[in-house]
Amino acid sequence: MTMKSYLLGAAVAVAAGLPLLPVGASAADGIYVPLFSYRTGPFAGSGTPIVNGMADYLNMLNERDGGIGGVKLIVEECETGYDTKKGLECYEQVKSKNPVLTNPYSTGITLPLIGKAAIDKIPVLSMAYGLSASADGSNFPWVFNPPATYWDGASMFVSYVGKQEGGLDKLKGKKLGLVYLDAPYGKEPIPVLEALAKDYGFELKLYPVPAAEMQNQSSQWLNIRRDRPDWIYLQGFGAMNPTAVKEAAKNSYPMDHLIGNWWAGGDDDARPAGADAKGYLSLDFNQVGTDFPVIQDILKHVVDKGKSQTPKEKVGENLYNRGVLNSMIIAEGIRNAQKLSGKKVIDGTDMRRGLETLVISAARLKEMGADGFAAPMAVTCADHSGHNAAYMAKWDGTKWTKGSDWIEPIKAKVMPLIDEASKAYATANAGWPKRSEACDAK
Amino acid sequence: MDILYKAFIDPFMQMGAAPDLFVQTLWDGLVAGVLYSLIALGFVLIFKASGVFNFAQGIMVVFAALTLVGLHEKGVPAYLALAITIGIMFLLAVGVEKLMLRPLVNQPDIILFMATFGLTYFLIGFGELIFGGDPKVMIATQLGLPRGAIDFKFAGGFVSLQKIDIAATIIASIMVASLAIFFQKTRIGRALRAVADSHKAALSVGISLEQIWVIVWFAAGLVALATGIMWGARSEVSFALEIIALKALPVLILGGFTSIPGAIAGGVIIGVGEKIGEFYWGPLLGSGIETWLAYVIALVFLLFRPQGLFGEKIIERI
Repeated sequence: MTMKSYLLGAAVAVAAGLPLLPVGASAADGIYVPLFSYRTGPFAGSGTPIVNGMADYLNMLNERDGGIGGVKLIVEECETGYDTKKGLECYEQVKSKNPVLTNPYSTGITLPLIGKAAIDKIPVLSMAYGLSASADGSNFPWVFNPPATYWDGASMFVSYVGKQEGGLDKLKGKKLGLVYLDAPYGKEPIPVLEALAKDYGFELKLYPVPAAEMQNQSSQWLNIRRDRPDWIYLQGFGAMNPTAVKEAAKNSYPMDHLIGNWWAGGDDDARPAGADAKGYLSLDFNQVGTDFPVIQDILKHVVDKGKSQTPKEKVGENLYNRGVLNSMIIAEGIRNAQKLSGKKVIDGTDMRRGLETLVISAARLKEMGADGFAAPMAVTCADHSGHNAAYMAKWDGTKWTKGSDWIEPIKAKVMPLIDEASKAYATANAGWPKRSEACDAK
Repeated sequence: MDILYKAFIDPFMQMGAAPDLFVQTLWDGLVAGVLYSLIALGFVLIFKASGVFNFAQGIMVVFAALTLVGLHEKGVPAYLALAITIGIMFLLAVGVEKLMLRPLVNQPDIILFMATFGLTYFLIGFGELIFGGDPKVMIATQLGLPRGAIDFKFAGGFVSLQKIDIAATIIASIMVASLAIFFQKTRIGRALRAVADSHKAALSVGISLEQIWVIVWFAAGLVALATGIMWGARSEVSFALEIIALKALPVLILGGFTSIPGAIAGGVIIGVGEKIGEFYWGPLLGSGIETWLAYVIALVFLLFRPQGLFGEKIIERI
């Protein structure tokens, strides 16, 4: 081997090792908040606005307030491409930097992290995604999924449909379809829909969409044309959503009977179909638009100063504001943790306590510059979700508008199922630890 | 007995009971099949000329579509953006020949194959750098592609033909036929076939390998652009389009890697087969079967014709 080859090899080895070296500030300088993102790949359409909103809010706190409690937030993205393997690599990368929590932003990545959270003392915040059963705080003390679970969402869909049909008893004999990404995320609402189908007498039709066929759904929509479901619930993500909305329009399916879950309501999900998608509904738990002081502060302190990756015209879009709400929950968790622990620079153990005592009341939302931005939410020691309400957002052909009042989940049906699934999880995972963490008073 | 009925009788009963749905399924399969043929053709052209399986064909679809839409977003009129995109695909072909293929002449095929992996990741990164990862809306209307559907009554039901699908089928058919004629009947086509048979023999009679490579990579780029426009109009333009290229794999297994007619027939067989299979037999197997069903169809054909539908039978001394 020549000297040139040795030098080249050495250069490549050094370059390959670079990402492993600590870069910039360490956790000792502030509170380290890693954000798992996917700005690339087939799901970037959903991932980009979410992480933009998350990063912009946290950076706004740094710019406007100097961080939280006088401590700067160290915000760092790790690109997962919505790939579970890459997500776990990201987790290993951030683990040693004293993260106060992880935001996996993928049900597939969340599931393996549930087991690691208690061991590594790093709480998982899976805001309205992940494992629905993890809402049971008595069994999953390190996992949080406010403001609602996928099972709540599916029950809200049934509740809404029942109301439109004249009552839940009128669902008997109806056909309700679920068009879903054939992955852990997409399958998550199936158990609760099956249980509700049994209780209310409707027929549930399932239409899985394999990831490789996300943009090639004609078969699924032919099946829908044959089965003629009265209502459809769409649990899609990324490129699957605009394709489904376009197929629905193409097949003349009544758009106001197609209801997306809250991850099927991005502007990029409805925009490609444009006016053809008018009337399409999507569950939502945050408001859209920029008419909130908190969004104006983001524009003033971050976007207008060129400290954001977000194009200005995309600030205020649905999934962007979703990301903002996610970071508001993180920030409130950190504030609580600082209060409870008496420390400025907190760690994952403190953050777990902070999240477990989370209360974002209407008054607190107003203080945060987000009056009416979301429904008030609270997490308790036993209930890590809160099972809060959502509403229907309605696509008017160009933008999302409010399409309904707040819809409560059918808690009487969902809670026993969560309890049952939580116990089943502990049984299936031999050696699952009994909760030993004390509950804090609020 | 119930399972036998559902597998062997019920699907045919359904076809008879709702012939409109059967025709609709056939049509959807045909549209998908013609588009699969177009993608497969991109692979076949390059494989014929250089013996390389071009792993980058999928990302070329994304890159071409993103360039077109990205230029339009920057204020370039639609048809001018189309012309510039064609020019960029030509420059890409020249770049690939000069920077990737020429330095690797006489290297084993696996090296060239790995080089196309490199090209894939380069185009992903370059595309994201220039255009970002956000999905974009295809400029179908601006390009004059039709909207709406033609519905007609049939056997007590209706069949709906989307105008964009009709346009896609016609454009793809014209492109496939033009490329087939070009590579079968013209001097360059004969040169391509000579290169496919033997690089050394082709060189010895004065055929320029470099020119042939640029032409086939450019043709593959045009195919990628057409594919990007058609699939992008059906959904959105995003990096997810890369996955669509994987649909060409069973087509290639079935049609053979070196046969243009094989790519055409294979695409249609796979397209129609998977749609019929998913629609009539999918519910029996939990639905969502078309991804793997395409490979099953291809493998069943291979049991009878191991060289593919139109592939050449290779006999080698051992």
